Amino acid sequence: MKKILEIKDISKIYQAKNGEIEALKNINLIVYEGELLSIIGPSGCGKSTLLSIIAGLEPKTSGKLYIDGEETTKNSTKIGYMLQKDSLLEWRSIYRNVMFGLEIRHLKTEENKAYVEELLKKYNLYEFKDKYPSQLSGGMRQRVALIRTLAVKPKILLLDEAFSALDYQTRLMVTKDIYKILKNEKITAVMVTHDISESISMSDRIAVLSSRPATLKCIKKIDFNIENRDPLNVRETPEFSKYFDSIWKELDVHA
Amino acid sequence: MHKKNISDDRKKYLRKKYIKKISIVITQISILIAFIAIWEISANKGLIDSFIMSQPSKILKTFINLSSNDLLMHIQVTCNETLIGFLLGTGIGIVIAIILWWSDFFSKVSEPYLVVLNSLPKVALGPVIIIWVGAGTSAIITMAIAISLVVTILDILNGFLETDKEKIKMARTFNCTKFQLLTKIIIPANVSNFINSLKINIGLSMVGVITGEFLVSKAGLRIFNKLWKPGI
Ligand SMILES: Nc1ncnc2c1ncn2[C@@H]1O[C@H](COP(=O)(O)OP(=O)(O)OP(=O)(O)O)[C@@H](O)[C@H]1O
Ligand SMILES: [Mg+2]
Repeated sequence: MKKILEIKDISKIYQAKNGEIEALKNINLIVYEGELLSIIGPSGCGKSTLLSIIAGLEPKTSGKLYIDGEETTKNSTKIGYMLQKDSLLEWRSIYRNVMFGLEIRHLKTEENKAYVEELLKKYNLYEFKDKYPSQLSGGMRQRVALIRTLAVKPKILLLDEAFSALDYQTRLMVTKDIYKILKNEKITAVMVTHDISESISMSDRIAVLSSRPATLKCIKKIDFNIENRDPLNVRETPEFSKYFDSIWKELDVHA
Repeated sequence: MHKKNISDDRKKYLRKKYIKKISIVITQISILIAFIAIWEISANKGLIDSFIMSQPSKILKTFINLSSNDLLMHIQVTCNETLIGFLLGTGIGIVIAIILWWSDFFSKVSEPYLVVLNSLPKVALGPVIIIWVGAGTSAIITMAIAISLVVTILDILNGFLETDKEKIKMARTFNCTKFQLLTKIIIPANVSNFINSLKINIGLSMVGVITGEFLVSKAGLRIFNKLWKPGI
């Protein structure tokens, strides 16, 4: 399997006004092509920090980062990053929102436009392309945000609590939609979440981090003996609760 | 597009909205008319002193009287001065706000100065301005700018700095440059701020111009105070 992302011994110490905050300690992680890896850990442990470092939005203190075989030191164009808030620009139509990344990177070619339109059609947003964000539901907005990110054809997609702003029902539906999109388009993704069930339902592997400073505790492989796996149907399998228990133990959430 | 098949409920809703809009306008006009009528009547009945409070009919008479005396020219002078002061004040204010947004260093450096300048009573600057730029139209316009500039800078800069951090982060995930951040996120996100600033500034510029005219003018609506004289 091809390595798309390799994190070698990455540490991060924030310099804050009132001292140093050690967020990450010697993290090692490999992400393979086409897989969906989720990162789970206690709140405030450094998950978002790790994603920001991968995206190059935050400098690392030490360690090395390889994306698609190349060492990367700054904001890479091979990364797509989806945040908790959809951050659609309310003054732009859906179509112009989806084109935002291409516009910023000066990549508005006919080919890319066709790709975006195809994505919009495939995921039932084409008829809304002239509408404005306020006219769409939360779930649709999150799908628009995903297409905006996919439009620039990233090698790796990073998702930071991308669904946690949605209500529970919408969230289940959106995870299903987004799972389908990721698998259809063969996207490699790294996803951060608080929600153990969500991580099991979507991931191929789960990396469990310790509390701050985050170290890698273990990586669990998630396999379901089920046809046409999707984030909803796996929840009823007996493996699901076994995975849940073992990750719960790893997280060591002693109240 | 959807005009063809409007439901009855929709028609009712639209009609209700329309009626509400009309009633608001009618009420506004009625209040104005009532105000003028009461003013006129109380002056006639001697309830208020028309020497101090004037009277609509007298204002009208003087107005007509003055029209032959170039009132329109004076109105035009004042309007032009206000417009120029307003455009310059707002324009320069926005440009300075952009510069300060761009450079966090300059913005921190200038902060105490802006606060002090903002609390300064600008009208008191009048005589100084006349010394600087001479007693003419330029003094009037400088007055108008002086009144609106600092407020504009502070308001616009504040809006810039309060732009949704998540949107900025989103744009950064696409590797946007600082200039792109400015033109594609910061400025469009602050359009309503600009409009607010424009609304406030047109008033402030008018105050500046009238103040300036009191000090130096040979032409302009300062002549306005003549309207209050019961008869010319
Ligand atoms: N820019 C910063 N400067 C200083 N400290 C920071 C900064 N960003 C994050 N931290 C600190 O680093 C630690 C890790 O933060 P991070 O946001 O990565 O955690 P997280 O696991 O994503 O948390 P959550 O579960 O709340 O999303 C926290 O203690 C946080 O206070
Ligand atoms: Mg986080």
